[in-house]
Amino acid sequence: MNFLSEYTYYIGAFSLIIIGLYIILVKKNLMKVIIGFSIFDTGIYLFLITVGYLREGTAPVFSKSGLDAGKMVDPVPQALVLTAIVIGVAVLALAVILAIKIYAHYGTINLRKIKEQRW
Amino acid sequence: MRKLISIILLGIVATGLFMSISQIPFGEPGERMGDHFIREGVKETGATNIVTAVVVSYRGFDTLGEVTVLFTAAMGLGAVIGLVRRKKTHPVIEPASLIVYTGCRFLFPVILLVGTYIVIHGHLTPGGGFQGGAVVASAFLLMYLGCRGKRIRENLSRGLESLGGLLFILLGVTGLLIGGDFLFNFLPLGEAGTLISAGIIPLIYLAVGLKVGSELAGIIDHLIENTDELSE
Repeated sequence: MNFLSEYTYYIGAFSLIIIGLYIILVKKNLMKVIIGFSIFDTGIYLFLITVGYLREGTAPVFSKSGLDAGKMVDPVPQALVLTAIVIGVAVLALAVILAIKIYAHYGTINLRKIKEQRW
Repeated sequence: MRKLISIILLGIVATGLFMSISQIPFGEPGERMGDHFIREGVKETGATNIVTAVVVSYRGFDTLGEVTVLFTAAMGLGAVIGLVRRKKTHPVIEPASLIVYTGCRFLFPVILLVGTYIVIHGHLTPGGGFQGGAVVASAFLLMYLGCRGKRIRENLSRGLESLGGLLFILLGVTGLLIGGDFLFNFLPLGEAGTLISAGIIPLIYLAVGLKVGSELAGIIDHLIENTDELSE
């Protein structure tokens, strides 16, 4: 029980990652697979932010004087995530446009019905 | 069958993750990578927002790589759409209602203003080129949804995008020539906390903001154009 209350953020992040992976592995609909990728992404962002967390920490911004540098959360994961989110949107758009093209070509986005995709 | 195998595999992965993360202390102070940046960041870069100092100054070269990934994704999207020749038809577009139309036209400059503010204050307050660029692109998304039929000029968005990328690389190369390092901060740092400070950091973030904003707006434009074609 102690583990649950101490590690809520890690558990949440890895739950999202596992749910995303499950959707990618199991679902037949290509759009749902793309949604799975998006959930997987979100889990990774949450995990990275959690790594840099400090209890009762403040944002790493010296907006006024007298802020304690030792009480600030780690800025490096935040910097990583802020670029990753924007890239995630662009990659998601690329995936969606490929799905649209697959629909236009095969007339379906069911991965089991596309012969070249079957495995 | 497939579901069962997936669940077993994911169960193994989850157990492994559980074993390893239960060893990591959560939220405890200790040796961290960012400690140096927090303690010395304001002195070294002149930016009060340490995240910006990390993104643009300490990890500036990585940011250039990430902007390149963004560019590649946008270019790939354009290339995939370009495979099919565009038909020069003008489908009849049902206009949005007057309230939606007026609301969009009223909100569009306000959202643009907020986006620009977030971009140019990136070194002082939370925000920066990536976030502000996304806000600017959301203004264009609102325009596409509310005022149907309006389009951004493709050449303009491409031009701004290239300008942003070029500005980033030019600033980096100028630093290389003056200081011997790529993205060397060759402008005076100024007084930390004022708008014109931190040397080249606001300029680079302005370039990133231009690039991200025009790229995301271009992506929205491409997607809407393509779905219009499909629905015909």
